[in-house]
Amino acid sequence: MFSKGTKRKFSDGDEEISDESLVGARVASSYSLQRQSLLDMSLIKLQLCHMLVEPNLCRSVLIANTVRQIQEEMTHDGSWHMVAEAFCSAGQSPSERLVATEVLCRSREQDAEPKLFSVISYEGCREEEVVADETLCSVSVSDTVSNVCLAGRIGQCWEKSELSGVERDEEALEDSRLGSGEDEEIDTKDRASTESPKTIGQVFGTFEIKNGSPGPDSALEELFSDVDTSYYDLDTMLTGMQSAPKMGPYDILDSLAPSHSSPSIVSTPNCRSDLNELDHIMEIIVGS
Amino acid sequence: MGEDGESPKINHSFLRDYVTEADVISTVEFNQTGDLLATGDKGGRVVIFQRETESKGESEELGESGEYNVYSTFQSHEPDFDYLKSLEIEEKINKIRWLPQQNAAHFLLSTNDKTIKLWKVSERDKRPEGYNLKDEEGRIKDISTVTSLRVPVLKPTDLMVEVRPRRIFANGHTYHVNSISVNSDGETYLSADDLRVNMWHLDITDRSFNIVDIKPANMEDLTEVITAAEFHPQHCHLFVYSSSKGTLRLCDMRESALCDKHSKIFEEPEDPGNRSFFSEIISSVSDVKFSHSGRYLLTRDYLTVKVWDLNMEKGPVETYQVHEYLRSKLCSLYENDCIFDKFECVWNSTDSVIMTGAYNSFFRMFDRETGRGVTLEAWRESSKPRAVLRTRRVYTGGRRRRGDVGVDSLDFTKKILHMAWHPAENIIAIAATNNLYIFQDRVNAENL
Repeated sequence: MFSKGTKRKFSDGDEEISDESLVGARVASSYSLQRQSLLDMSLIKLQLCHMLVEPNLCRSVLIANTVRQIQEEMTHDGSWHMVAEAFCSAGQSPSERLVATEVLCRSREQDAEPKLFSVISYEGCREEEVVADETLCSVSVSDTVSNVCLAGRIGQCWEKSELSGVERDEEALEDSRLGSGEDEEIDTKDRASTESPKTIGQVFGTFEIKNGSPGPDSALEELFSDVDTSYYDLDTMLTGMQSAPKMGPYDILDSLAPSHSSPSIVSTPNCRSDLNELDHIMEIIVGS
Repeated sequence: MGEDGESPKINHSFLRDYVTEADVISTVEFNQTGDLLATGDKGGRVVIFQRETESKGESEELGESGEYNVYSTFQSHEPDFDYLKSLEIEEKINKIRWLPQQNAAHFLLSTNDKTIKLWKVSERDKRPEGYNLKDEEGRIKDISTVTSLRVPVLKPTDLMVEVRPRRIFANGHTYHVNSISVNSDGETYLSADDLRVNMWHLDITDRSFNIVDIKPANMEDLTEVITAAEFHPQHCHLFVYSSSKGTLRLCDMRESALCDKHSKIFEEPEDPGNRSFFSEIISSVSDVKFSHSGRYLLTRDYLTVKVWDLNMEKGPVETYQVHEYLRSKLCSLYENDCIFDKFECVWNSTDSVIMTGAYNSFFRMFDRETGRGVTLEAWRESSKPRAVLRTRRVYTGGRRRRGDVGVDSLDFTKKILHMAWHPAENIIAIAATNNLYIFQDRVNAENL
């Protein structure tokens, strides 16, 4: 049903040939709609994974791969909008916003396209909210989080500005400001899950303290090299941490120190406070 | 005697169905002789059936083949709680594997998501009588009443089946155990979870060797998990594991201690014509089984079963469509999660027939010599005891025959996921939700 390239037969004889492009656009937009609904469904499934007590890792991985695949395709189609860059509340500073990013495997186009990073979702996104681009930039500046992930997002912003008139689905047509090359208004009226679904990264352990990333601080790594970090990985994240059983997704994030901004590739100060937080939780549980 | 006047061409007959009302069966396994059949269920219980020995002299007399009756029932795993992660650990039995029999007792391994247990099943049919210091009820006798000494004697008693846990292999797995496999060396076994494969010695419970670890350093990079693993039936150094991307990896433990690098990788190139967003999901291998000969591998993915030759890595040598008519329904099946169902597959004793389950209580058998497949149904309402099973058909076009089932009327809640084939005879055990069906192939040509 969602095979690539499936086109419906167009049998309406009243249409003129000059409307072929419109027809093409309609077919493509129908495919995009289907693809979008598949993306929505997948994100909801991933979110439900978080709520389950014992998520099935195989299922999560397969769904996540499907989401990645859709993202890649949407990115290459140029129809990938910045999804839901809204704030939970107006008063929240950018550093409090939880940003999770995920690295796409590889760009299919061999040329000098910047490494694609996709922002799947944000915590507490709302519909109809438009976010100015400089906010994103300010996030990247104020965050001590690895520049890699956010820079990628910025890169995509700039890349967006070069895509003009490529999008063919309805929202793109409405939002003709994309492609202006100016500060882009990111259309968050995106049909992506409005319920703050978890990102791929969050599913698989964005909170992983494990310093698997190119650690900026080798001293820190040495310090914690003998710490068994298996507690902090995937299953912990999937199951909502140790602090309270069966927490909802919001609770998971709230339970972390609110000063944290991006959990994905954790920077030095964040890492330390995370560990302190977890130590504290561990102490409570162990009762020592 | 007792045979219905059915067509002699169809030679499958229905012996008896055993209803285990309590819970959904999650695994079925014959032992190496086929005399014992173990089932595990979601409630953590194991039920062992034993085949009745044929008491009559004329063993070919119809209807006298041994039937399976309940031999023993025990609670293998209890619900558990992981306090660290605030997680419940399900007591559902994921797999049971019998050890080869070495003495009068039988041993089996059973596992839930986290813990593997070795159980000893033994019979007791004698008890000592005539103690000097204890009376018949076990009370200590008054010494003054003892006037003579005697030697206690073993007297026959009612048969008692005792099941005791002999080993508990705990804390070996962070993720959910999906497979266990006993090695042909008789001393070790492997257990596989989503990301790791461990090797244990049957006598050592506090240590295991990690032989495969595919966990990435950064969990964000995780794209593939282990779905099943099995030791080679003859070569104790070889094992295979399958992945969610549809690959099989054959590993040789002589090459290195950590078998992250495979000896052979079996992978079929993707068919570009059939590509869709669901291609990867339906290529995920849900079960892998070595043939009895050790020459072939049998795998099950969502729509097909495939036979692979160990000597040829570039693709399967045989592919059988289990329910190709579902290909156009993949989106709905993704929505209701059916696309993630994990079906098992089995070989018959001579590796000439393979079998796997489907929906609507259907299961499929494929004859490798002719390449033909047949659909059968495990559903009490449509079969009487000792009746001959008739083949079923899913209507996918063309002339519709009576009894054909339309694709849209398939019941996706009735899935046949677990099954077993007797190691020597044509007897199959099919688990259909909470019912166990045992079918036997009756070659009734000469006996009529």
